[in-house]
Amino acid sequence: MTLPMPFKGHLFKRRASSTLRYIVLTAGAIIMLAPLLWMLFAGFKTLPEILTVPPTILPKGWAFDNFISVLRDTPFVRYFFNSVIVAAVTVGSVLITSSMAGYAFAKFNFPGKNVLFVLVLATLMIPFQVRVIPLYVLASDLNLLDSYAGLVLPGLVDAFGIFLMRQFMQSIPSDLIDAARVDGASEPRIFLKIVLPLAKPALSALAIFTLVASWESFLWPLLVVSSPDKFTLPLGLAQFAGRYLTRVDLQMAASTLTILPLLIVFLLMQRRFIEGMATSGMK
Amino acid sequence: MTLAAGAPSNKAFRPAKLRKGNSVKRRQARWAYVFLSPAILLFLLTVIYPMLRSLQYSFFKWPLGNAKKTFLGFDNYKKLLFDDDLFHTSVKNTLHFTILTVIPTIAIALGLALLLNSKRLRGRGVFRTIYFIPVVTSLVAVSFVWRWLLEPTFGLVNTALGWIGIDGPGWLADPSWALQGVMGMTIWRDVGYYMVIFLAGLQTIPKEIHEAASIDGANAWQRFRRVTFPLLNPSIVLAAIIGVIYGLQLFTQVYVMTGTPSKLPGGPLNSTTSVVLFIVQQAFRPLEMGYSSAAAILLFFLIMIVTLVQLKVVQRKFEY
Repeated sequence: MTLPMPFKGHLFKRRASSTLRYIVLTAGAIIMLAPLLWMLFAGFKTLPEILTVPPTILPKGWAFDNFISVLRDTPFVRYFFNSVIVAAVTVGSVLITSSMAGYAFAKFNFPGKNVLFVLVLATLMIPFQVRVIPLYVLASDLNLLDSYAGLVLPGLVDAFGIFLMRQFMQSIPSDLIDAARVDGASEPRIFLKIVLPLAKPALSALAIFTLVASWESFLWPLLVVSSPDKFTLPLGLAQFAGRYLTRVDLQMAASTLTILPLLIVFLLMQRRFIEGMATSGMK
Repeated sequence: MTLAAGAPSNKAFRPAKLRKGNSVKRRQARWAYVFLSPAILLFLLTVIYPMLRSLQYSFFKWPLGNAKKTFLGFDNYKKLLFDDDLFHTSVKNTLHFTILTVIPTIAIALGLALLLNSKRLRGRGVFRTIYFIPVVTSLVAVSFVWRWLLEPTFGLVNTALGWIGIDGPGWLADPSWALQGVMGMTIWRDVGYYMVIFLAGLQTIPKEIHEAASIDGANAWQRFRRVTFPLLNPSIVLAAIIGVIYGLQLFTQVYVMTGTPSKLPGGPLNSTTSVVLFIVQQAFRPLEMGYSSAAAILLFFLIMIVTLVQLKVVQRKFEY
């Protein structure tokens, strides 16, 4: 009350702008969540209930019928495990190849280093779609069509991963590595016991980024796999939804089941996820 | 190298040291190749070899399988560049999609990041999580969701537009609105990703600069225009480059949102056909791998040129 006028005005303005900030952020949050909540609720609704105009928001009852039909009718659990296998092999391979190559580029001098590194960087610019057809032919020549090996083939190595690991490992002090050499540690031992533990933050970022990309992958599985017992989740969902083209209820239940696993992982380790994805943007 | 820079008194030992240094160097180089070999071998197999094959196919009439291959020179490219209306449409759609998705996504993400970038804001973490959720949803799944959200009569989007008195369009059923629908979905899904990149960038800007600008009498807009925006420029340009590279590879959304088992994706009236969709359809339907590969090589050049132009723009911007 006794505050000088200009200061009071300032306070009022600040409060107003903070309220406005909340209004905008909340409206935005509703827009972000609405499609997913609609999907979730539609999974619980009956078909006529979804098609009413104007649409209802909450379902009349929380029946699991649609989810049960999806799980009974389609090997969704199988698709899920296929996705897990593909993601595990892809993440494992990318972590191993990227950390080894990144270490070589960061801490060793050898003939051809610059040429090789430029080559790796250049492949960052080759989109997957440019090599997808020859890769398909290659998979076919190697008899890998419709197999797990074929599914993981294009994702085993990642130029961005090598680049990320090299950038990070350059910050590891060389003295540490040299000291271990003087102590007589072998090169593989130095890599496993000193370099890798220090590179954990970068490894976890790369693992998350690769996991999301592998979980998402659609074009390649679509081309390379034809029998349903090798389908990954996105492919299984696309096939299922194509078969029940007009059954919104079943489609939304299946979509919910597809989205849920990664969403749960994300919610459990949000900070890691967000930091990992932000790192991937720093390429 | 640091050893060689030692005191002159070491001079007498130099020859011995050099020899030893060389053998250490050779040993090191051997280990470097050992560490590199898994990555390089896989690179050769899954990146370099397919890329070169793509280039080779593109000069041939090359049906999938064992049928006869005919050398065509640049005919595939000529046909694509000058004769194929569907290819031209796909390039136009892809560019349209990329530009009008990347710009709004970055603008919205930047706005959200600025709104969220305050330690005083309560619920900051919750907002950040909510905005990021669409990024970790399956693209195929949310494409199906949006197919129904954009349904003209009972879809949520037109219902919401009806609340504010707008008679919504036919979206995916309407050739002049279908691509906008795909764009809307993509913006919704990607905004959180770019927001997180910008938040990370904003955190590197020291508070003192803002305080100094405030004391000098700069208002909020001036502080944004003269301080935040230039300092955030590297993040923005990176976001634009990533966005454009992904945008030009548009495929999954179109495939899921516009296709059915009885109707090819890319419709209505090819209004959503993208370059990648064109490549895939050419390769596997009329068994024209050569033609399809030529389109893939053209896409590669398009992405490379756009990226290099963007990098050039950054370098100029950095000079001040």
